[in-house]
Amino acid sequence: MKFCDFVTYDAIQSDLSASDKEGAIRELVDNLVKAGKINGDESDSIVQAILKREELGSTGIGRGIAVPHTKHPSVEQLTGTVGVSQGGVDFQSLDGEPVQLFFLLVSPPDRPGDHLRALENISRQLRDDMFCKFLKAARTAGDIQTLLEEADNNQFVS
Amino acid sequence: MRCDASRDNAVAAFTMSANDRQSCSVTVNNEHGLHMRPASMVATLARTFKSSIEIEKGLTTVDAKSELSILTLGAAVGTVLNLHATGPDACKAISEVAELIGSRFTDEVLRNEKQ
Repeated sequence: MKFCDFVTYDAIQSDLSASDKEGAIRELVDNLVKAGKINGDESDSIVQAILKREELGSTGIGRGIAVPHTKHPSVEQLTGTVGVSQGGVDFQSLDGEPVQLFFLLVSPPDRPGDHLRALENISRQLRDDMFCKFLKAARTAGDIQTLLEEADNNQFVS
Repeated sequence: MRCDASRDNAVAAFTMSANDRQSCSVTVNNEHGLHMRPASMVATLARTFKSSIEIEKGLTTVDAKSELSILTLGAAVGTVLNLHATGPDACKAISEVAELIGSRFTDEVLRNEKQ
């Protein structure tokens, strides 16, 4: 699975304004609503579901990266987006570092395989330091989209 | 010397070599595979041991102490993984890590709690 298979480019945000966990998640979910990927009536429910998942253990996996996610019956296919916070967000990450890169995923409850393959792709690409560095330095959604497309073309992972 | 690690049916084919290197294979039993929470649990457990612990899937071998690395395996239910541990506590390490990977983790427990 590639980024283009699940990332909604129109929902990418390069300058998250929130400085807290819920705010950052809400910004990204709202972007998915605006992009038509999530029903607006479900956004609160989805934000709460993601926060509930965070209570089981932060998805801030270190190195300034977090993958907040949830399964939700209101979506028919895996959808996600990417956000960058220039100032960083306190996400109670494993290494205590603030999070700058967010990959948010919402998946249908009956498609665990898609979720697993998305995680596989995200983690494989994020192991590349240059990819992370360039994403954190991105200043526009277009920059981020370009980086994701380059990653899809295997320009970061040998 | 032999490790008594086969407490779970999923753990099989235990082998022993001379230099404190332990190997075994284990089948992923969690119905959703090694997604983020199981990967985190495995890495957290692996980090409690001094030994180096590797997880092998096909041609890919990753550090079991890294959650991000485990996720790169995309290990779905039914996937057979080979584990290798090298170091002073390799025996205990591979036993406990294999048992965890072969378990169903907490998905079922959590689901039951919701009901």
